[in-house]
Amino acid sequence: MLHTIVCLKVVPKSEEVTINEETRTLDRSRARSEVNAPDMNALEMALALKTRHGGAVSLLSMGPPFFERYLRLGLAMGADSAYLMSDRAFGGADTLATSYALAEGVRAIGGYDLIICGDESSDGATGQVPPGIAEWLELPQITYASTVRLNAKEKLVQARRELGAGFEVVESPLPCLVSVKQDINEPRFLDFQRWDWAMNDAPVTVWTAAGLGLDESRLGLAGSPTTVAGVSLARSAERRHEFLSGNPEEVAAQLLEKIRPWVRAG
Amino acid sequence: MTDPIYPADEASGLWVYLEQQDGRLAGVSLELLGRGRQLAAEAGGKLTALLLGHDVGPLADEAVACGADQVLLAEHPLLQHYTTGPYTDVVTRLVLDRRPDILLLGATANGRDLAGRLAVRLRTGLTADCTDLRIDAATGLLLGEVTGFGHGVLATIQCPRHRPQMATVRPGVFPRPAPDTSRSGSVEPVQVRLGEGDERVRVVRHSSRRGVDITQAKRLVIGGRGVRGDFALLRRLARALGADVGATRVAVDEGWARDDMMIGQTGSVARPQLTIVCGASGAMQFTVGIQDSETIVAINSDPEAPIFELADYCVTDDVFQVIPPLIEALEREKALGRR
Ligand SMILES: Cc1cc2nc3c(=O)[nH]c(=O)nc-3n(C[C@H](O)[C@H](O)[C@H](O)COP(=O)(O)OP(=O)(O)OC[C@H]3O[C@@H](n4cnc5c(N)ncnc54)[C@H](O)[C@@H]3O)c2cc1C
Ligand SMILES: Nc1ncnc2c1ncn2[C@@H]1O[C@H](COP(=O)(O)O)[C@@H](O)[C@H]1O
Repeated sequence: MLHTIVCLKVVPKSEEVTINEETRTLDRSRARSEVNAPDMNALEMALALKTRHGGAVSLLSMGPPFFERYLRLGLAMGADSAYLMSDRAFGGADTLATSYALAEGVRAIGGYDLIICGDESSDGATGQVPPGIAEWLELPQITYASTVRLNAKEKLVQARRELGAGFEVVESPLPCLVSVKQDINEPRFLDFQRWDWAMNDAPVTVWTAAGLGLDESRLGLAGSPTTVAGVSLARSAERRHEFLSGNPEEVAAQLLEKIRPWVRAG
Repeated sequence: MTDPIYPADEASGLWVYLEQQDGRLAGVSLELLGRGRQLAAEAGGKLTALLLGHDVGPLADEAVACGADQVLLAEHPLLQHYTTGPYTDVVTRLVLDRRPDILLLGATANGRDLAGRLAVRLRTGLTADCTDLRIDAATGLLLGEVTGFGHGVLATIQCPRHRPQMATVRPGVFPRPAPDTSRSGSVEPVQVRLGEGDERVRVVRHSSRRGVDITQAKRLVIGGRGVRGDFALLRRLARALGADVGATRVAVDEGWARDDMMIGQTGSVARPQLTIVCGASGAMQFTVGIQDSETIVAINSDPEAPIFELADYCVTDDVFQVIPPLIEALEREKALGRR
């Protein structure tokens, strides 16, 4: 029996996040939300492992109460239980405080063999939370995985890591934390037979910081060693914005004139 | 908050972690040595390079030539391939012994794997994926500039109390220093205490490919979703231009281009003289990788595509219509040049 915990984050759809031109701050109010893309691949991987090896899949997320809807979608896809850490005290956390809180959530769920995360979140996008969780829990970690195979009898996990200019295959004992790359599999559709259960009856446990007995000084903004020193406009080079027109041959000829200085001679 | 593991006023020196593979230093490590050299001078401190591996001694001299005052050389058979546990243990011991003020790493897959783990072990702050690094003249603090806070906005992150101040930097952000073999620096071998039990994750197979290093391209042709898998066309254009080929994340995810060809926040940052962007919409996570190009050409059939906001020359047409005559024109030109 394999118990996998999947860390799911809900993020604003990045193409719908706009900038408030006056305050130059992020305006998420008009952006719809979605589960962070690689986290869906993490969930699919956990469900596929469950199909093969049996066991259970738990979902863990830290964020505002509306995340619950997305956890229920995960339950409808095939997960067995869900845990949402929701408290103002968790807000404004950098990676040290985020990974600390999530590691405490994992401890509270307990009895796990495998933790699967996405490789990065689109609004955090640093990929530092998974190694952080692994360190707080003193677990081995395998980041940037594209395939994962399990030897349940030997309690070993074997994974292929994508390294940009190459790859490697690594092996680790369980329990272990794995972060997976986006698009490594096709997340399954909702299982409509599970819909009613997932939306109404399925257990979604909501935890506050106090409920978990956590020390608030280590959470959220208060527990974050990094601070934002300032926000500025991106340097944007002056660009010519010259539109070329004509039929493709004419455009190609004009373009060649424009770029000739950079074309390698001969 | 967790207390700093050592106080800021006892911390000194700027450290750069050197990533090496198959007997070569990673490009981003050289870039960090170059920038580290400048920052250390501003802060009035020493630049120390950390080199971990097995039989990697010769790389220490290269690090000195590229700006290090001192190289801490940790060699051990268990350090031959990067694995999280042993690398974290070795760096942690060195940091606790010598108390650096700043620790910089490259934002590669393994650099991020190590940085995320180390920052928690050392209970300190980490500014990840920086697109610039500075020292605040007033406070002496490291300022890391990061994107990702939305379109056209940059945030500056600092770590006031905790040490070392850690940051990772994307490949290609800083120029590579020209090696100066007359520079002098010390190479100090350090003792490594590791046993088999420290290595929980074992590398079963390792395969690295020496691809083109896209961060150094002078001319770049980049394909996005609009190229619909026809990277052969882009390669022909690139050949005619003497350019390298890059790709958006969508093109890499679709399997049309290799991982190491990806340009942008997750990929590499390049600063070519000429960049031709074909069939890419111009998402901000992509444009951070090309915004410092001297000249940008965009070819996109949608006149509203945001990529045009960043382009010098804008072609609102189908890539399959425009690129073939452009290749022909370039080849004609070359044939004329040879005569
Ligand atoms: C955390 C995070 C990190 C990311 N990192 C990166 C990164 O490093 N690099 C990166 O590239 N992306 C990155 N992305 C993804 C990024 O947000 C965009 O989704 C991606 O860049 C879009 O790729 P694209 O322009 O190829 O595709 P699309 O956005 O789909 O654009 C395709 C374009 O092609 C045009 N087109 C279609 N057909 C034709 C034709 N025949 N001729 C001409 N034009 C045509 C269309 O008009 C459209 O504008 C990241 C996203 C996240 C959330
Ligand atoms: N608030 C959160 N709740 C649940 N999982 C998270 C949260 N933040 C990060 N993660 C996990 O960590 C991964 C990497 O996130 P990040 O380090 O922020 O880029 C995500 O893909 C998630 O699996």
